[in-house]
Amino acid sequence: MQQVAEPSAGSNDVLLAVENLEVTFGDTPVLHNVSFEVRQGERVAIVGQSGSGKSTTIGAILQLLPGNGYVSNGSIRLGSGGTMVDLADASDAQMRSIRGSRLGLVPQDPMSNLNPSMKVGAQIADALMSNRPPGSERWARAQTKARAVELMTEAGIPDAERRYGQYPHEFSGGMRQRVLIAMSLAGEPELLIADEPTSALDVTVQRQILNHLQNLVDARGTSLLFITHDLGLAADRTDRIIVMSEGRIVEVGTPREILLNPQEDYTRALVAAAPSVAAVLGREPAGGGTSSIAGPEPILVIRDLFKEFKLRGQRGSTVQAVKNVSFSVQRGTTTAVVGESGSGKTTVARIILGLETATSGEALIDGKAITASRGQERRALRRMVQPVFQDPYGSLDPTFSIERLIDEPLRIFKVGDKDDRRRKVADLLNQVGLPHAVAQRRPNELSGGQRQRVAIARALALEPEMLILDEAVSALDVLVQDQILRLLADLQDRLGLTYLFISHDLAVVRQIADTVVVMKAGEVMEAGSVDQVYNRPGSEYTSELLGAIPGAAFAA
Amino acid sequence: MIRYVATRLWQSALTLLLASLVVFIGVRQLPGDPALAMAGEEASPEQVEAIREQLGLNDSLTSQYFTFIGNIMRGDFGESTRTGTAVTELIATTLPVTLWLSAYAIVVAVVVGILFGVIAERFRGRWPEWFANGFALVGLSVPNFWLGILAILYLSVTLGWFPASGYVDVATDPLRGLYYLTLPAVILGTGLAAVIMRQTRASMIETMSTDYVRTARAKGLGRGRVLMRYGLRNSLIVVVTIVGLQLGGLISGAVVTERIFALPGFGKLTLDAVFTRDYPVIQAVVLIITMSYIVINLAVDILYSVVNPKIRVGGAN
Repeated sequence: MQQVAEPSAGSNDVLLAVENLEVTFGDTPVLHNVSFEVRQGERVAIVGQSGSGKSTTIGAILQLLPGNGYVSNGSIRLGSGGTMVDLADASDAQMRSIRGSRLGLVPQDPMSNLNPSMKVGAQIADALMSNRPPGSERWARAQTKARAVELMTEAGIPDAERRYGQYPHEFSGGMRQRVLIAMSLAGEPELLIADEPTSALDVTVQRQILNHLQNLVDARGTSLLFITHDLGLAADRTDRIIVMSEGRIVEVGTPREILLNPQEDYTRALVAAAPSVAAVLGREPAGGGTSSIAGPEPILVIRDLFKEFKLRGQRGSTVQAVKNVSFSVQRGTTTAVVGESGSGKTTVARIILGLETATSGEALIDGKAITASRGQERRALRRMVQPVFQDPYGSLDPTFSIERLIDEPLRIFKVGDKDDRRRKVADLLNQVGLPHAVAQRRPNELSGGQRQRVAIARALALEPEMLILDEAVSALDVLVQDQILRLLADLQDRLGLTYLFISHDLAVVRQIADTVVVMKAGEVMEAGSVDQVYNRPGSEYTSELLGAIPGAAFAA
Repeated sequence: MIRYVATRLWQSALTLLLASLVVFIGVRQLPGDPALAMAGEEASPEQVEAIREQLGLNDSLTSQYFTFIGNIMRGDFGESTRTGTAVTELIATTLPVTLWLSAYAIVVAVVVGILFGVIAERFRGRWPEWFANGFALVGLSVPNFWLGILAILYLSVTLGWFPASGYVDVATDPLRGLYYLTLPAVILGTGLAAVIMRQTRASMIETMSTDYVRTARAKGLGRGRVLMRYGLRNSLIVVVTIVGLQLGGLISGAVVTERIFALPGFGKLTLDAVFTRDYPVIQAVVLIITMSYIVINLAVDILYSVVNPKIRVGGAN
């Protein structure tokens, strides 16, 4: 695997050179012929959907491939000249001295990447101590702590001295991600690998953290390998984009080349589907967007809604989850409720569905409130409004067959006999674009997009007039997300459905909604048509949210 | 935290009171008469009657119970109907034996169980794991008394490494005392060690595949450090709970083990008392066993919150 010829001119400053990399799990190769370079101080993005091989690539670089994965061909050269190492060939001991001090990792999920039973400070101190240059004397405890507090402060954690002694569960997601960033920089690595570092966070937090990360990296002259599924994000943050699909590199180019002039079909599809890019390039939305069936009678009216939750353990103190929220939804249209976590958007949805009781105010479906209704009327209202939830993995009972899952609401409401229901399920599967053969399978045999189609089919089983889509596409890859959004638009056209679309993603909302309600901390900040809210935002908060959409830099 | 402990103590007192009632009634339902047992076969009915009167057995059950509770409150458990020795004295001489034995067994079980559990995870699919799994299977399925007899037969009689029976007070001569207790403690701890090993192995396998373990390795930490500080520490949360649930079984196991090794412990006292219908001793023994269950569970709950910062009441602030 020894490479004799240097790949290109100016390779002196090549920091990482991956060549013909092939990774195999068991006896199935999953990465094929992957070659790319990262130069000193350069920021490179790898963009792809789940299963594209982007995480496997960084697993190979760090020699932290899961299970029975191994590098079966190719080389991964880090550094040049005397310090050059082939990571594909390095020993365990070598890797230990490289990880942390030459290669830093900012992992994906801030919730699961910190040791829950160890103070965060000690976890950063651990990283500091394992990355002492060899031969240097042992750091004193106080010195290590001082450096860790310094790193935490640099990463934007206020009051770091005190928070040093706290446990991960006392930190918010954003703060945990900052801890992880501080940790990854502890060894002053030459290359920082950021694996979807913000995809679990709210947009505004995402922007703050990425800005911060970028400043830290720039100040140190560290190279950045940025893994993401979000093309807009990659375009905003990096010098070069590598598009991957099914274990191969599809296309490489500058953000401008990839976004404005993609060469490959796959890249074109990806660019077309990326909501953030579509939003800024001002292209036609995916779905119908504007429906003509809008009637004069609103199907849903929310009036002066309040919801208070009692705080556990503190007698008498409450938190106001929803404050004075009013809006209405016209029949046959799509209204989006947008906000970050904690904005109260899901609480509003739960009140409408009758899963939660409002403290005061009302949520009227066709002029009637679920919570105030009884018996027949309540059942009728429940049938009219059906939910589709975010997590296509958690919201389907894994022990049920797909047929039984879709069939369930029909059985509960005693609709038709066995044969009727079977026909109905077949019809529903057809409507959501799933093959009939799926009926006898179980949820874990289906992909995320297919599961979400099942969830939609189930919601449609009772022929409701309105669907409440709570972050219904947030967990899906862009291409799949695009397909589901098209399906929703198509169903709305054919069945005259009304959607209440709850989302944190303004780019997606722009594609599907007619009307937008922006919420923050339980209150409505702004409500209006999509055009009005996006082009002439009436509140500062809305402008901030819009500015945080990745890819916005390419609006010009 | 203090409030939590206070609540738990109050609940414990109630539990004890209930237990005292159950044992008081239960003992009196046993066939046989302590007065008859005391008086011997040739005693006249008058003599038996006199003994009954003297023991207060002719009073109503209610008044007997209140006398019993009242005496306990004053720390008086009465006298053994068989030997006339004060029950408190009997307990004072036998309880330490059992406590030393149990404590030793717990230490053995925890050390062996966690060690084998970690080894099984570390060498998955290779011979150390098979060995550890085999050990757990034997430990769980072979009864203590049989293991004990085998151990005496081979380790004491044939090889002569350990004494076959006997007891030396650990407090007066720690080395010899522990030496005499080693075989019984290992036998008593085997079952618990097997449970701990299985639990540790299962939860280590889970913990070592978490994201934070991968991140710890990406920080450049060595395998050993990751195993101990990231893997084992989080695995122990589950292990502590399971160990707590199993500890109660240790006491009943001690009764059998003490009999095999002829240790003058609490188990022997209990058995003798039951056979001779020695009411005061049975009552005291059962109450103390109940109390030890309660104390163990309380200790486990407190330990649990130490290991798992998330449920620590009041948090770090």
